[in-house]
Amino acid sequence: MRAIITVIGKDTIGILAKVSAKCAEYNANVIEVTQSIMQDLFCMIMLVDISKLSADFAKLSDAMQQLGEQQGLKIHTMHEDIFNCMHHI
Amino acid sequence: MINAYDILETIRMIDDECLDIRTITMGISLLDCIDSDINTACKKVYDKITAKAAHLVEVGESIEKELGIPIINKRISVTPIAIVSAACKCSPVPFAKAMDEAAKAVGVNLIGGYSALVQKGFSAGDIELINSIPEALACTERVCSSVNVGSTKTGINLDACKLMGDIIRQCAEKTVDKACFGAAKLVVFCNAVEDNPFMAGAFHGVGEPDCMINVGVSGPGVVRAALAKYPDANITEIADIIKKTSYKITRVGQLVGQLASKRLGVPFGIVDLSLAPTPAVGDSVAHILEEIGLEQCGACGTTATLAMLNDAVKKGGVMACSKIGGLSGAFIPVSEDAGMIDAAKSGTLCIEKLEAMTAVCSVGLDMIVVPGDTTADVLAAIIADEAAIGMVNSKTTAVRIIPAIGKQVGEELDWGGLFGRGPVMPVKTSSPSKFISRGGQIPAPMQSLKN
Repeated sequence: MRAIITVIGKDTIGILAKVSAKCAEYNANVIEVTQSIMQDLFCMIMLVDISKLSADFAKLSDAMQQLGEQQGLKIHTMHEDIFNCMHHI
Repeated sequence: MINAYDILETIRMIDDECLDIRTITMGISLLDCIDSDINTACKKVYDKITAKAAHLVEVGESIEKELGIPIINKRISVTPIAIVSAACKCSPVPFAKAMDEAAKAVGVNLIGGYSALVQKGFSAGDIELINSIPEALACTERVCSSVNVGSTKTGINLDACKLMGDIIRQCAEKTVDKACFGAAKLVVFCNAVEDNPFMAGAFHGVGEPDCMINVGVSGPGVVRAALAKYPDANITEIADIIKKTSYKITRVGQLVGQLASKRLGVPFGIVDLSLAPTPAVGDSVAHILEEIGLEQCGACGTTATLAMLNDAVKKGGVMACSKIGGLSGAFIPVSEDAGMIDAAKSGTLCIEKLEAMTAVCSVGLDMIVVPGDTTADVLAAIIADEAAIGMVNSKTTAVRIIPAIGKQVGEELDWGGLFGRGPVMPVKTSSPSKFISRGGQIPAPMQSLKN
């Protein structure tokens, strides 16, 4: 089971570190990260393995959303199935 | 890894273009709750609904979190109560109360199925149920009601049309203090479907299994945003863009339905391919038609654009899910669509145009507010007209019309939330009373003779 975490917002120091730390806290293993900065906008897409999560997926999702609110970022944590079903036949 | 563009597109659809799953509706059969003692029957109804749907809301919320897509409503539909209550031989209002309490207990916002199917005549329990609708809708919060008065196979029950004109007025009169809301929870159908997940017309047909999950998708905002990127496309290209967008929207409905079915241990029924609008900015079917090139919804050309939209939505959606059903078409509820509200207010959109539109899309004259002094016979004749369109075109049509008691054209009714607000629209007042009072059955058309 894998999930995709997207982070969009104003670039500041340590965004990747904070999101990764939260993943570690919930035992979500980061598999792949793509990141780009367009003008001042930080955009990161992170693929994580959630098969050994230490809590419910909903808890991870809430924690990420909370982190986003604290940092002024938009963080979405979504199961990869929604992207696979929508964009592949 | 999944393409970054696709990921961001999905997130934009949800965040900015109001993509959501409109409803997960659990259909529950109440045939095993029939009892000649009404108290026993009502207890069985309450117990069965609360047992089957105990985890419906919780499962819906967990899927919502996991996929990151809002699931706006979790609802329940049940076997038409006229069938369940027939053996009791008394007013079936206690069933409405039992349904309402069960809905509150499991946390769903609406429950449908306070219904009767009288397309060919009234059987035991039907008249009692229909006569009790005004009281049932006034004394409950979450119960929705529907009556099927015609079908392509049977023709139209004109006695039922007349009766329903009167019942709609009574529903509005009994709920004047709630902006006549009772009438907004009552739908009169022709060719009603048994697996419709959308309220207020949902009921669980007798041919359905004991319990099942049906899903209704949404996404007018996504379609409009997709079209906005191609201002110079010709209409064939526009249809293709709608098809592709509809595919993506419907796939999510399929996924949500599969997950809900698995987690609740209930078979997955159908996905209803409907573009259901809400009064929210950016979630309007009227705005899609305006994006295609109409100055305002209701202008000449509205029927043609809507026919194309409705067809393209289905063609895109068909490939995206395993079983399709319900109403499946673009909805045009006036009070629930910001663009329709504006068009009705400005006078561009009139009831006659809406009637023409219902010949090419789902589902009928929906959430239309008419002057408070509109007579029961005029309402009955509106029902008969709409049922005739459904009967001849072998499609579902419906009437959900709200007489605004004490109000006139220029005023409006405001319910807030998903039901929105509706300007009072003018209705022709010439009397159809003699026709309506003739009673009897409009015979089934030639289209019914297919065997």
